[in-house]
Amino acid sequence: MTFAIDGLDPRPVFVEADLRPGLPGFTVVGLADRAVSEARERVRPAILNSGFTFPLRRLTVNLAPAHLRKAGPGFDLAIACAILAASGQLPVEPLAQLAVFGELSLTGEVRPCRGVLAVAEGARRAGVAGLIVPRERAGEARLVDGVRVVGIGALTQLGSALSGRAPEHPAVADDADEGARAGGAGEGPDLSDVHGHAAAIEALTVAAAGGHNLLLTGPPGTGKTMLARRLPSILPPLTRDEALEVTRIHSVAGLHDGSGLVRARPFRAPHHTISAAGLVGGGSVPTPGEATLAHRGVLFLDELSEFGRRAIEALRQPLEDGHVAIVRGQRVDRFPTRFALIAATNPCPCGRGGRACRCTEPELERHRRRLSGPLLDRIDLAVPVERPSARELREPPVASSQAVRDRVRRARALQAARPGAHGLANAELPSRNLPRTVVLTASAGRSLWRAYERGSLSARGRDRALRVARTIADLDGSDEVHPRHVAQALGYRHDGESLAAA
Amino acid sequence: MTASACDSCARRAWLIGQLAGRLEVQRGDRGAIREVLALADDRLIDALGGRDRAQIAATYAACEPDRLRAGWEADGCAAICVHDDRFPAGLRDLSDPPAVLFALGPRGRLSALLGGADRRGHAVAIVGARRASRDGIAAASALGRGLSAAGVTVVSGMALGIDSAAHDGALEAGARTVAVLACGPERAYPPRRRPLHQRLVREALVVSELPPGTTPWRWAFPARNRIIAALSEMTVIVEAAERSGSLITAEIAMDLGREVGAVPGPPSAWHSAGTNALLREGARVVRHALDVVDDVVGVFQHAPGAPAAVGVPPGLARDLLELLAAVERGADTVTANAASPGEAGAVLARLTELELLGLVERRAGGRYVRVQV
Repeated sequence: MTFAIDGLDPRPVFVEADLRPGLPGFTVVGLADRAVSEARERVRPAILNSGFTFPLRRLTVNLAPAHLRKAGPGFDLAIACAILAASGQLPVEPLAQLAVFGELSLTGEVRPCRGVLAVAEGARRAGVAGLIVPRERAGEARLVDGVRVVGIGALTQLGSALSGRAPEHPAVADDADEGARAGGAGEGPDLSDVHGHAAAIEALTVAAAGGHNLLLTGPPGTGKTMLARRLPSILPPLTRDEALEVTRIHSVAGLHDGSGLVRARPFRAPHHTISAAGLVGGGSVPTPGEATLAHRGVLFLDELSEFGRRAIEALRQPLEDGHVAIVRGQRVDRFPTRFALIAATNPCPCGRGGRACRCTEPELERHRRRLSGPLLDRIDLAVPVERPSARELREPPVASSQAVRDRVRRARALQAARPGAHGLANAELPSRNLPRTVVLTASAGRSLWRAYERGSLSARGRDRALRVARTIADLDGSDEVHPRHVAQALGYRHDGESLAAA
Repeated sequence: MTASACDSCARRAWLIGQLAGRLEVQRGDRGAIREVLALADDRLIDALGGRDRAQIAATYAACEPDRLRAGWEADGCAAICVHDDRFPAGLRDLSDPPAVLFALGPRGRLSALLGGADRRGHAVAIVGARRASRDGIAAASALGRGLSAAGVTVVSGMALGIDSAAHDGALEAGARTVAVLACGPERAYPPRRRPLHQRLVREALVVSELPPGTTPWRWAFPARNRIIAALSEMTVIVEAAERSGSLITAEIAMDLGREVGAVPGPPSAWHSAGTNALLREGARVVRHALDVVDDVVGVFQHAPGAPAAVGVPPGLARDLLELLAAVERGADTVTANAASPGEAGAVLARLTELELLGLVERRAGGRYVRVQV
């Protein structure tokens, strides 16, 4: 038995081999793609070079169920096992109780391949007695409890693995203390090497605390990217379940080195020339896109106004539903996409902004148009990023990720405990729930209505302000939302939304 | 307030109210309305009464001024007739002055805002398109604010767009503003401006030549434009398309020998076509309130220099005052006023509060500037 990776899900595949008299030949059937068909050319030399014999008879290998599309080189090991068992070189009985997964080299080595974690989960679900995987990926497979994992480095080790003589792969270090370690010092760049930018860091804090999406606007070289890269460091550490999810995705996508659980929140920064399929996933055999690779982490869109319209449009579903559904034939593949979005943009095409700007009105208009639309509606915080002054650069950094992360964690704890919020982050609160979950003091309500009546704030803009004000109050440890919270939230409104009629 | 109109004027005002509907039906030519309004009472009944002429004349003869005055008083309306000292002097320049000016507002506000027979104080009309651009709205409200703060009364018509913006601006800074309506002064027309109307009645002044209860007829709009123009030393048009009602006001102002000013717009903008044409014809260029003050009060009557910042309301909290001072000194971003991210949140909140008070404005790049009058 082995597994095909369908989207992100493992599907059991049974490999059978049949030998009968006739002209020597080797056929693989069962909706196999190129990489699987080529398995024939890898499996034969691998078997021969490992000291086994390759049966000189008519050989048919069937991958069942036949309707399931199978892709990738992970079937090599299973095909080799089936052939060796059919030709009596390996015992059939233990093999039938096992799942095997791995790619073969011509010399008979078992090479690492993608998606071992998903396969291990499939093995547990299928209730097999054990799982044989490439040695380099054994650590990854061991993350799944309740499966006996054996890692092998070459086909020659199959015999000892089957007879139970090979040592079971040692368990990976205990998760509990690793989690604590990850919580103590986040990986990746830290806020403590940022000088100045107090206002932007506060906005990052609000974004992290309430799950709000963020737009940074500022001239090139002011530190937008640098700030965005530090968002993962202030998000609470991944829980074990989240880490497993992330590891599985990254393993399937081939981004994982097999060294156990992914601890750091992913940070993905696709280039603005990316296609819609690249961003949200696609392909005839659907593969996850950047939005899914950023799951539980941060998706950073630098130069937002340069991204293609179709790519931006495609982000709408992932942002709203937290997953993308890709329809292929009769099947729908669902990829999770719960990420924090940070977008960055220049204030205008020339990038100088303000008085130094040399753009013409039509250019500015085009820039504004490109920035508007469905994506901007999902961005709760718009924050200008200024060039730090010389004084700020000389002074010590204004914050450390550790301190900010503690504030974020407390605010999130308040959110999680709030009745009626159902564990949703503030940014995800549906509009109809806002009056119940965002309790304004009378004067805070008045200032919001004043802004709404006199200015050009849209109804959606008002709801955004409510959600953000809720988060700011959470950061303040306050159950009620006070006028200062509303005022700060209104300070994060988009350009072009004015507060006063004048 | 007391309804103090003399007997003949009270009857006249009542008559206009009675005939308002007929005037609408029989008015053939737009321009003729002012000639009709200039007719004496009996001629007016003859002209508009039609078959009911005799009956109307009879009611007119039987009408008791005391009861009229009592009714208006019950409505809370002051009725000041042309023979009264408090009657705004500017209106007497009209060939067809209203007999009675009905006014709704705090006691004493009329003389304070429009002066009386002695032409004390200054008044300027700010009028323009109902369908105005955002820039136009901003300009009108800044003019209203600036003029009111400078002690110049802002006269307008409470229409959507420019007119309301001018009232709004003036209400923000001293409430020196008068709305001239084309219906009874107690009626909020357009209905969408009811909150503005209520505020004007409470803090400023609403006037009309039509007695309480009169509905807005179409003829009444150009007719009230003559009152707007006559009440003001200068009429400023903020935005007007090529054939706009506000141009009628400008024309009447010119006929009265009053100053006319216009706010310039881009040559390509249709909503500034009318104002740009006025400028071409020699209207005064109005960029901001100071230009108007120059024209109306005189160049040497006020301190020269940059336009002043909008005044700080009394009782502003100390932290806001300090932040405002910092913005004026050039510490004009959040980061410039905050040492830590926690503080940045508080500073942003305070800057937004100043913004809500209309004292500062957020510009591109997160810079805050002091709002100028």
